[in-house]
Amino acid sequence: MLKDLFFKLNKKVNDKKEPGVFESNESIITKCPNCKKILYSKELYKRLNVCSNCDHHLMITSTERMDALLDKDSGTALFEGITSVNPLDFPNYESKIENDKIKTGLNEAVIVHEGTIDGSPAVIAIMDPRFRMGSMGSAVGEKLARAFNHATEKRMPVVVFTASGGARMQEGIISLMQMAKVSVAVERHNNAGLLYIAYMTNPTTGGVSASFASVGDINLAEKGALIGFAGRRVIEETIKEKLPDDFQTAEFLLKHGQLDEVVDRRNMRDYLSRILMMHSEVK
Amino acid sequence: MAFEFEKPLQELQDKITELEKYASKNKLDLAKEISFLENKLEDKKKEIYANLTPWQRVEIARYIHRPTTLEYIETLFKDFTEFYGDRVYSDDHAIVGGIATYKGTPVTVIGHQRGRDTKGNIKRNFGMAHPDGYRKALRLMKQADKFNRPVICFIDTKGAYPGKAAEERGQSESIARNLVEMAGLKVPVISIVIGEGGSGGALGLGVCNRLLMLENATYSVISPEGAASILFKDASLKEIAAESMKITASDLKEFGIADAVIKEPDGGAHQDKEFVFKSLDETLNDYLSELSRLSADELVEDRFDKYMSIGEYKEQT
Repeated sequence: MLKDLFFKLNKKVNDKKEPGVFESNESIITKCPNCKKILYSKELYKRLNVCSNCDHHLMITSTERMDALLDKDSGTALFEGITSVNPLDFPNYESKIENDKIKTGLNEAVIVHEGTIDGSPAVIAIMDPRFRMGSMGSAVGEKLARAFNHATEKRMPVVVFTASGGARMQEGIISLMQMAKVSVAVERHNNAGLLYIAYMTNPTTGGVSASFASVGDINLAEKGALIGFAGRRVIEETIKEKLPDDFQTAEFLLKHGQLDEVVDRRNMRDYLSRILMMHSEVK
Repeated sequence: MAFEFEKPLQELQDKITELEKYASKNKLDLAKEISFLENKLEDKKKEIYANLTPWQRVEIARYIHRPTTLEYIETLFKDFTEFYGDRVYSDDHAIVGGIATYKGTPVTVIGHQRGRDTKGNIKRNFGMAHPDGYRKALRLMKQADKFNRPVICFIDTKGAYPGKAAEERGQSESIARNLVEMAGLKVPVISIVIGEGGSGGALGLGVCNRLLMLENATYSVISPEGAASILFKDASLKEIAAESMKITASDLKEFGIADAVIKEPDGGAHQDKEFVFKSLDETLNDYLSELSRLSADELVEDRFDKYMSIGEYKEQT
């Protein structure tokens, strides 16, 4: 189908490439959802899925971002064996998980690697909005909490790229408690004097926004990302007025003092590398 | 009687009243008939109150005449001195807090405050706090930490307020900050869900060493109405959503999230406030004395272990 030609991104994870370089083997062209310009997929990949015409940041998968960030052959995946169960026996939950596993090639909505960025070691967690909208259930909470605990033990900084619709409804109160779980791990890491960079990407909302995403030593966000606690429609219904277009964008949060910086994805690696370097510990 | 599910009780009660009136008016002895109906009423009460559905508990938890945070504070504690303001922007009336003594020991008490009537609810914003409320709470917790006072939090909110100003002032950050800071408090923290525990807005006062829940309180990631409309695409399925989301005190006890369930009188806390005050007082006292034996580091460790153990997943190696 013609539609399949558009925006089908490469899902290959394995062999590490030079940072920022992708291979496209599935489609030749991609249409920018913002300016509607037709782009060569290969060119788009080289630009980390940032539109050459309007600078719109298209979705990038967690594995692609990890490849673009880490130094070649430096990464080790952590806690890959952790997957979801169905604690509330919620109807169809398991099949939804299975479908997303097939669709994404991932086994949960976050991946964790230990590696180096331009020589600086870090534990990197990247959430993936394609997997159950990046929602946080027990498996995501456990992986993130362990990422922090692992970094605390090894005295390493943590960078978390958030992308999430919030709590995973099908896990009910247990999913809400994952906010607290990751927070106790963040606190311990913080108390050890270690660096945590929260890097919010599109979208970061609900329970993820209201927990670890907002409490980095440094809070960054990607250009144009939607970031907020409550949904736009809920707020509009509550206050009975229309919200401005830029409401809950990264730029809106920067203006309201919630962020240290809004970063263009093409500068992500350099930006992080500089911050990590200035926080490196003499061992 | 306040709820739809109490209708059969109301009908029986009406019949009894009617008979009594009739008997006294006509000077008849209907004691036998009346006592028969009274027994029937007692049986029916037992039957209904012993088999409350999760949705019926939600109704009880939200009931306007259910005791609120300030009533618990004023009854269980002495010398309550309320403090106001977040030192940044405002004083949020949806969260109250201050210091008091509990059986002679100074403590910090904080809680969501609903109104007791419409006017009160407007003042209190229905117990739905802005960032200012969470920041006031945090300020009081840090104060407790400095002066080595236990922190007792009362949770009673539909959720944090979803408004424009709330977002502008960092609703997410204010809750997130509380979670992390509460994790590190070097004093005992006990949170008590007294009514509705709604999502992140509840958790913002809920990272604790011990979580207590009143028998008819609920604690949920989303309201049953919200769950029904998101997960079942039909808000009228709230009864089913309430059931399947497992939001009751006994569900949370089973998950190991709540440490204790506080007994309420039949029909809910509003039926006999003294009963529920006494029952909470006993449990609170037990947990406070247990936690007071732990050192500062042990308290932080205890909280870390509590939350690290919550979650169900599988792991292949």
